[in-house]
Amino acid sequence: MKTVKIYGPGCKRCEATERMVQEAAAKLGVEVAIEKVADAKSIAMAGVMSTPGIAVDGKLVHAGGLPDAARLEQWLGA
Amino acid sequence: MSSEPHEGHLKQPLSDRTWYAGIAGLAVLGWLAYGQLVPFSEWITAQFPVERHSHTGEAIAFFAYDVPKVLLLLTGIVFVTGVLRSWFSPEKTRSILAGKREIWGYPLAALLGVFTPFCSCSSVPLFIGFVSAGIPLGVTFSFLIAGPMVGPVGLGLLYGLVGWKIATIYLVFGFTIATVSGFVLGKMGLERFLQDWVREMTAAPVGDLPEEQITFVDRLKTGAEQVREIVGKVWIWVLVGIGIGAAIHGYVPEAMMLKIMGGEAWWSVPAAVVVGVPMYTNAAGVIPIVEALLGKGAALGTTLAFMMSVIALSLPEMIILKQVLTLRLIAIFIAVVSVGILATGYLFNFLL
Repeated sequence: MKTVKIYGPGCKRCEATERMVQEAAAKLGVEVAIEKVADAKSIAMAGVMSTPGIAVDGKLVHAGGLPDAARLEQWLGA
Repeated sequence: MSSEPHEGHLKQPLSDRTWYAGIAGLAVLGWLAYGQLVPFSEWITAQFPVERHSHTGEAIAFFAYDVPKVLLLLTGIVFVTGVLRSWFSPEKTRSILAGKREIWGYPLAALLGVFTPFCSCSSVPLFIGFVSAGIPLGVTFSFLIAGPMVGPVGLGLLYGLVGWKIATIYLVFGFTIATVSGFVLGKMGLERFLQDWVREMTAAPVGDLPEEQITFVDRLKTGAEQVREIVGKVWIWVLVGIGIGAAIHGYVPEAMMLKIMGGEAWWSVPAAVVVGVPMYTNAAGVIPIVEALLGKGAALGTTLAFMMSVIALSLPEMIILKQVLTLRLIAIFIAVVSVGILATGYLFNFLL
């Protein structure tokens, strides 16, 4: 079970990122618990300045723009 | 080249060669189309049952010329900017600025504001990220003002629609306003007017992202993604802006324009700022209006003041910043930037 946090105020790209995480997890057969973090304070506390940001199991792996699908699988598979 | 097995209905990723060939092909097509703008707009106008030199004929011709022109320019500029910006990130910018507390911080922040990609939905985390890393508030403001005001999209459109002279003037003064306003705001010691929780958050952890290995094709993809996203979002404002520009071009008599926006009317500069601030649009929407205003004889200073206040001081942007700034700080911010814009407007009306 992996915990994935998606940092973003809820814009279109944040929703697209969430879908990409779900698709990548389904493809790998990894179980994920997705948590969306939308308030500015928590986003900044995580060190994210460009949204959407992604953290896997507490480790920030990406910030700014949509993630690359292949890399997303790496992060979730690791 | 990629040699993945076929995955049925799943989309095959395009190969690198397809990307290079596709972008080159589109660039050539765009270039050729750009050369045909005048015949195209004349042909469109001729399809309407109106006299070519009537008010309506002029308005239609302006619209039919500007819509494809602005959309072509916008697509090209957004793509190139998207590719260039893939080398910059707010995280990198922050680490560059964090070490600079002295006077160079202001112009440097303004310069980086032009190149660092951020959308308005990121402006709050970005603001907090800067301030909590110890970057002075004034330097942060220089960054936030310069980003939208002297962005490459606005400059490119200005160059394409009204020429390089005005684009250069705009660049120099936009950059100066961002630097000087940030400096003035910094000297005022406004940290106490931040929202309480922002002030308390002094040492947020720096998100140390691993440097992602990205190829040149990845950068091209970033550019294409930006085009899809930005052009997909602003095209409606482009149409509205060009519509307004066409109406001004076709119907507003020059004598009336000279009276309300000419160099003689001293009140026209502040009026342009007052009208500009609540207008919600962006560079792509307002520049066709500017093109029509200048064509009708509006004074350069008044027109620049209008454009700068629309682009740099939009109310929705201020409402987003309300999360981190108190109303008082927002009011001071608007006042300082407005003074800079007014000074620019009067200076040009006086000089020209």
